[in-house]
Amino acid sequence: MTTIATVAKNRTVLHFASRVAFTGVLAIIGAFFALPMVWLIVSPFDANPTLTVSWPDWTLDNFTRLWENPYAMGSIVNSLILGVGTMLVVLVLGSLASYAMSRIQIPGRDAILYGLLLLSSIVTGTAAMVPTFQLITQLQLINTHIGVILVLAGGVLPTVIFILKDFMDSIPRSYEESARLYGAGPFRILTDIVAPIAKPGLAFIVVWTIVQVWGNFLVPFLLLRSPEMQPAAVLMYTFYTEAGQADLRLISAYSLVFSAPVLIIYFFVNRRFGFRFHGGIKS
Amino acid sequence: MSKTTTSEGSPRAPLRRRADDVAGLGLPRAALFVAPGLLLIAFFLLFPALWTLYLGSTNYRLTGLAAANPEFVGVDNFTGALDDPRFWNSLWLTVIFVGFSGVFGQTFLGFSLAWMLRNLKGGVKTFIETLVLAAWVMPASVVSFLWLALLDRRSGTLNALLGTEGAAWLIEYPMQSIVIFNIWIGTAFSMQLFSSAISAVPPSQLESARMVGASTLQQLRDVVIPNIKGHILTNTLLITLWTFNTFTPYLLTAGGPNAATEILSVYIYRTAIPGGQLGLGAAISLIMLLINLVIALVYMSVLRNKTPKKAVTA
Repeated sequence: MTTIATVAKNRTVLHFASRVAFTGVLAIIGAFFALPMVWLIVSPFDANPTLTVSWPDWTLDNFTRLWENPYAMGSIVNSLILGVGTMLVVLVLGSLASYAMSRIQIPGRDAILYGLLLLSSIVTGTAAMVPTFQLITQLQLINTHIGVILVLAGGVLPTVIFILKDFMDSIPRSYEESARLYGAGPFRILTDIVAPIAKPGLAFIVVWTIVQVWGNFLVPFLLLRSPEMQPAAVLMYTFYTEAGQADLRLISAYSLVFSAPVLIIYFFVNRRFGFRFHGGIKS
Repeated sequence: MSKTTTSEGSPRAPLRRRADDVAGLGLPRAALFVAPGLLLIAFFLLFPALWTLYLGSTNYRLTGLAAANPEFVGVDNFTGALDDPRFWNSLWLTVIFVGFSGVFGQTFLGFSLAWMLRNLKGGVKTFIETLVLAAWVMPASVVSFLWLALLDRRSGTLNALLGTEGAAWLIEYPMQSIVIFNIWIGTAFSMQLFSSAISAVPPSQLESARMVGASTLQQLRDVVIPNIKGHILTNTLLITLWTFNTFTPYLLTAGGPNAATEILSVYIYRTAIPGGQLGLGAAISLIMLLINLVIALVYMSVLRNKTPKKAVTA
């Protein structure tokens, strides 16, 4: 009798202890992830932000300061130019290529797709920075947005073709058959029939590419020299490394404005499309 | 042309399998559609990789005489790199970095989170998942500054919390700092991958394990791990590849102090661009490309054996 009671009692104690441990560990992990973020949430609204997180003296002046800084606002525009430019290039080239690959058994198609997948995982920005730098120098595209856009587009295009080919494969062919029956040419079919149906896929590519480029540091850091040309990812780094005393009022507001779009877009995409696209988002 | 669309959705459509080319594209036009994309990739992705071979065997420099007239020096750069203690230091740091932050840290923490959160519902779960994901998607420049602020010597929040005033984490514990920093950034991927893997483990198996009184560790070892072996392999290979290729630690420590955090990607940058030795930088890049090739080939063969399609987006 007594032994059974002790065992039962031990069980409850053990269970309770494990619940406490579970909560404790989860709280520690949560704190680990939350700790660096707190500064980003609090400091932009503090009249006198320091590096230490503290209860803010609420104000919106830091955002006015950011708005008035010509370099900072220009860099956000540059980020947009690079993002939209790269997106347009890969959207047009990617949908043409993936559509043709989906509908026609081009000789060696599977080998090409396999090669593309392999290539995009091997030739990363880091591993190819030296030849890329040299190539863009020789083309005299150093310090131009075109140079950055071409390099970034080349880097993400294989993945884009892959994702879009999947979408194209899922579009029923009967639509195209009927359109063709009524005399539409291949290009017309692509723009008027296929593109509207593939809209979710194309929309995903638009968002995904812009998010990729928005955060990319290395390529513009290598290829753009002057501050007027640099996107926010690079200029922000300059702001906190090269200026003697970092202007925290500016940097805090800048950090928030620069990361907010990605966070908003990302959580929207996450809801809409779920996990299967997560892998490629960051590279 | 005509407004009627009666043939659309005709029940006979699926029968005509032979007519693959429904849009009347034809091979020449298809090639024309594919060509611009492939040319762009060939020029800005394939060509740089191949060019590394040539650049690595010259004494190319950013400025000076060798910039105008580079000479062919054969394998000098490779032997030079292999003789350089800085290269071996960098390779060793890379092994530590990939091993601790990627393979061990992110995988372990990601799995633990997925396991702990699997039965939770609502607020806590959403909150933690959102935090972990946000760490992953925020731009590297912002994240790095947040960590600089956290670890700052004089007024960093960490020192204020721990009461360790004046502790210079990035100077005293540089490698540990970038390892933890990278775990913080990258755990989201493993967490997501494992939580979808764990949810696919047959509940009946876990149920019977519990019935016979298996402890949590026994359940993990005998039921969960055998069921998600494939995911563990995929996760490890991808994490290894990404961690090996990341440049983000540069934003935190710039490779320093001295060369204490000079992982391979940072070493290439410092040698080739500020250092101006493009030839040597290219030679080291080639080594990096070859390591990437090996990891990618293993990954592709794993994918092929499992699911021949739907490989890319994982």
